[in-house]
Amino acid sequence: MSNFPVFEPASPQAEAIRDLFVQVLWISGGIFAIVAGLICVALWKFRAAGDLPEQDFGSHRKEIAWIVAPVIVVLWIAAISAKLVLTFNAVPQAHPPGEQVADLIVTGHQWWWEVEYAGTGIVSANEIHIPVGKRLRVQLSSADVIHSFWVARLARKMDAIPGRENFIWLQADAAGVYQGRCAEFCGTQHAWMNFLVHAHEPEDYEKWLAREKIVPPAPTDSKAIAGRRTFLSLTCSQCHAIAGTGADRSIAPDLTHIASRSELAAGVLVNSPQNLRRWLKDPAAFKPGCKMPDFKLTDQQLDDLVAYLETLK
Amino acid sequence: MSESDLPSSAESAPGKAALGNLLDWISTVDHKKIGILYICTAVFFLGLGGLEALLIRVQLLFPNNDFLSADLFNQMFTMHGTTMVFLVGMPVLVGFQNYFVPLMIGARDVAFPRLNAMSYWLLPFGGILLYFSFMTGQAPDAGWFSYAPLSTKPYNLMPGQDYWIIGLICLGIGSVAASINIFVTVLQCRAPGMSLQRVPLFVWMSLMTAILTILALPALNSALAMLLIDRLLGAAFFEPARGGSAVLWQHYFWVFGHPEVYILILPAFGMISEVIPVFSRKPIYGYAFVAGSSAVIVLLSYGVWAHHMFAVGLGMGADMFFAVGTLLIALPTGLKIFNWTATMWGGAIRLTTAMMFAVAFLLEFVIGGLTGVMFAAVPIDWQLTDTYFVVGHFHYVLIGGTVFGLFSATYYWFPKMTGRMLSERLGKWQLWLWVFGLNATFLSQHVLGVMGMPRRVYTYADNPGWMALNAFAGAGAVAMAGGTLVMLLNIWVSVRKGEEAGDNPWEGFTLEWATSSPPPAENFAVIPEVASRRPVWDLDHPEVADAEREPTPADTGWRPDKLVTSAWAFVASEAVFFLLLLVAYVVFNTDVAGEIVSAAMLDVPRTAFFSVALLGSSFTLWRAERLLNSGHHAKFRLWLGLTIVLGGFFICGQAVEYYGLISSDVTIDDNLFTATFFTVTGFHGLHVIIGLLALAIVLVLALRNDRNVLGGTTLKAIGLYWHFVDVVWVAVFCIIYLGFLQ
Repeated sequence: MSNFPVFEPASPQAEAIRDLFVQVLWISGGIFAIVAGLICVALWKFRAAGDLPEQDFGSHRKEIAWIVAPVIVVLWIAAISAKLVLTFNAVPQAHPPGEQVADLIVTGHQWWWEVEYAGTGIVSANEIHIPVGKRLRVQLSSADVIHSFWVARLARKMDAIPGRENFIWLQADAAGVYQGRCAEFCGTQHAWMNFLVHAHEPEDYEKWLAREKIVPPAPTDSKAIAGRRTFLSLTCSQCHAIAGTGADRSIAPDLTHIASRSELAAGVLVNSPQNLRRWLKDPAAFKPGCKMPDFKLTDQQLDDLVAYLETLK
Repeated sequence: MSESDLPSSAESAPGKAALGNLLDWISTVDHKKIGILYICTAVFFLGLGGLEALLIRVQLLFPNNDFLSADLFNQMFTMHGTTMVFLVGMPVLVGFQNYFVPLMIGARDVAFPRLNAMSYWLLPFGGILLYFSFMTGQAPDAGWFSYAPLSTKPYNLMPGQDYWIIGLICLGIGSVAASINIFVTVLQCRAPGMSLQRVPLFVWMSLMTAILTILALPALNSALAMLLIDRLLGAAFFEPARGGSAVLWQHYFWVFGHPEVYILILPAFGMISEVIPVFSRKPIYGYAFVAGSSAVIVLLSYGVWAHHMFAVGLGMGADMFFAVGTLLIALPTGLKIFNWTATMWGGAIRLTTAMMFAVAFLLEFVIGGLTGVMFAAVPIDWQLTDTYFVVGHFHYVLIGGTVFGLFSATYYWFPKMTGRMLSERLGKWQLWLWVFGLNATFLSQHVLGVMGMPRRVYTYADNPGWMALNAFAGAGAVAMAGGTLVMLLNIWVSVRKGEEAGDNPWEGFTLEWATSSPPPAENFAVIPEVASRRPVWDLDHPEVADAEREPTPADTGWRPDKLVTSAWAFVASEAVFFLLLLVAYVVFNTDVAGEIVSAAMLDVPRTAFFSVALLGSSFTLWRAERLLNSGHHAKFRLWLGLTIVLGGFFICGQAVEYYGLISSDVTIDDNLFTATFFTVTGFHGLHVIIGLLALAIVLVLALRNDRNVLGGTTLKAIGLYWHFVDVVWVAVFCIIYLGFLQ
């Protein structure tokens, strides 16, 4: 993780934006220094002294001379931003023939992210795994209101808009975990709509992919068996999906590999058995207004459910 | 009178006087009193908006804080933004314009004093409607720009959002009416000799602002009308799940929203363009460039709205088009900074509080302008939009610019408004508290944005540095609140015990300083003759009078007709409103594959028949006008009556059409065709009915031989409106019934 993600890019796109930003910051700093300097000198030199000052009404020539430098600066900034818009960050709206529309299909929901790995059948939530060094095309959309997908160290920000498909490139130069957030206000729990991008070395990514494709085996432990029954008998499966159980709805996060994820509820809690239990007991205590209801689960049911969900690695 | 009567009469007299005073203020049509009412109302709402800001800062002091619930926090920032823009920023600026534009152009009042009172009273009405939402259990909570579909019924069930819409429509109508008034006042009521090239820059900026408001507010009103129809009548303009568009709302909102930024900043430009020359004892440097660059800003401001939408994914072409437009605005703005600095250069600067606020404006506004340039570089916007960096940016513009300009104007003009000086010592306390507060709060927020903190989050995880910076931002907010209290204390004390100001304490240049402080009821005993841009300077310094040294275009003496000018302004505003409704029709009824319920359900020949009646009414009204001008009063009444009959016939035709559609179960909530059809034709019908009422009133007055109708331009002004309504119908008929543009 990083304190100043905008200044610590980890992809060619983010790096290009950082460089542009730094350059414009310097230009702006220079302009500010000149203007502030002139004002300070004026205040220093031209204080009221009794005599009437020369009544100067202005000069067309000086106005035009003054505007030359700003014109050059503005043209320069337009040129360097246009270059970036047209090259590094240009995302083709139409996909090239013979290729997939997108490598990743990300859908914003109030208040979590659904992540589909195109062509693999893998669906997950609030966590994106990518191989290092590969430029992936991400399709962004929304199931409800407008959200905005932002991983500052890796890519530009792009809105996820209902009834519309947007595309961006996502790429990481180095293995690691990158913080992502929802940037567009999307209702009560906009603050907790975070996600993580895990970038793996290619061989690790393949391993992860292989593991993720495995449908978790039915539990053998008696508590976990009871938990699975609880999951299927309550209304959990009306919203959540778990591969291999028949629960296949995508209204709420897919739980097929919930135990291998590092956070719960889009960044509210670190994923641990204790936190999972606290979350299931009273979701609104951690994420007031969230769509997950309080099922008033008994301690027994909670223990069983946690035991079951922890098997879903 | 017996002795025992004395105490009781002494007691009742102040009571009666107070009541009389109150009634006087409530019923006033005096531009100065209305100006003060605007300012006081804005200060009241500043208290509310400021309180909301402080609550936001307290909630963000600590990570995972639960001082405010998520829902309450979202209401707070929505109400803070809405309040500060619509109930503080615009009213306080209109208040100063109301007070000083007539004084500065040597007029006795604004062009339409009663319209002025109506515009003002819509402000408390709209404000109360907005704040009444708290009584329904939840204030609006979709942000001040209420992006759809978050603001539509499926995601926002509470009535707070409806109060937001209706309150804003009220305020919007009031703003347009006030702006038409200012527009006509500047064009029509100027003192003899004051050509448009001689008006003080504050007046010029007010004129520019009025044009912006007249043409920008209707965009908001049309969007609000559509959102209200969505919410209350079940249409789906902005509901993607039912075929509507989430992005259309953003386009409409920012077509209004970006000019709005200039509505808030241009008057402040005008204020410091008065203050800096007076306290440098020099004329403004490059008057023509300051004035002309503002006109350029007005023009450009309509072509940059989508720079608020770079993260929407509009495509490279659109992004670059709006980026270049935005960058171009930096040029006229940069030119102004040069002119203000050059005005100080070589002057005899007096660092009064007013001047210090103007200097603080220059420095802080430049920071806000430069971060604005960063956002115009599209890729930087892709990173930093919707973060605290953008929150910091626009607060530098709106506080460093608008608020500091207002404070400068307050210290400059308070002596004129009250006859007493404000305390300079308290003024400097206020200045430094605000300068510290502004930079502490919003510099921290720039850093937080770069650290990745999104805007509008009610809480955050304990990320390194976030708490410290938010705490610093909170300290700044407290300093700004303290500075405001110092200002209120200063005003409270100075109104009573301040030093007497005299007519012209600052040796000001413009006409407001040529009358007493405060000015009498009709401003000037004698309307002064103007020969230069600085008439009062010329009186004080005949040896270096501007009239000889800096010749300016002389006044031709021509002034446009008040009523006709206001009708043109109103028609322009309404044209934008209908244009956007028609754009919505075209957007939603073009290129839709197959299933759309097309215009086939309409009886085109029948409507064509009724349309001929409406167009005929334009002809009959034109005849009526000609007859009136040539003095044939009896025939004029006949043709006017015929116009009303034809207009009424059209409305009956529309009623028959509506009856037929509704009885065959075609209603506004069916699909996007019916939604746009009923919205466009319904608003048009409403305009026809209003026009008919106006024509009927004219006819009644004409039958009574009213002099204003028979001798004035009333009919011409209303005729303009009537012809406009007909032109709109031609467009509606072509686009909806004949299917042009599909």
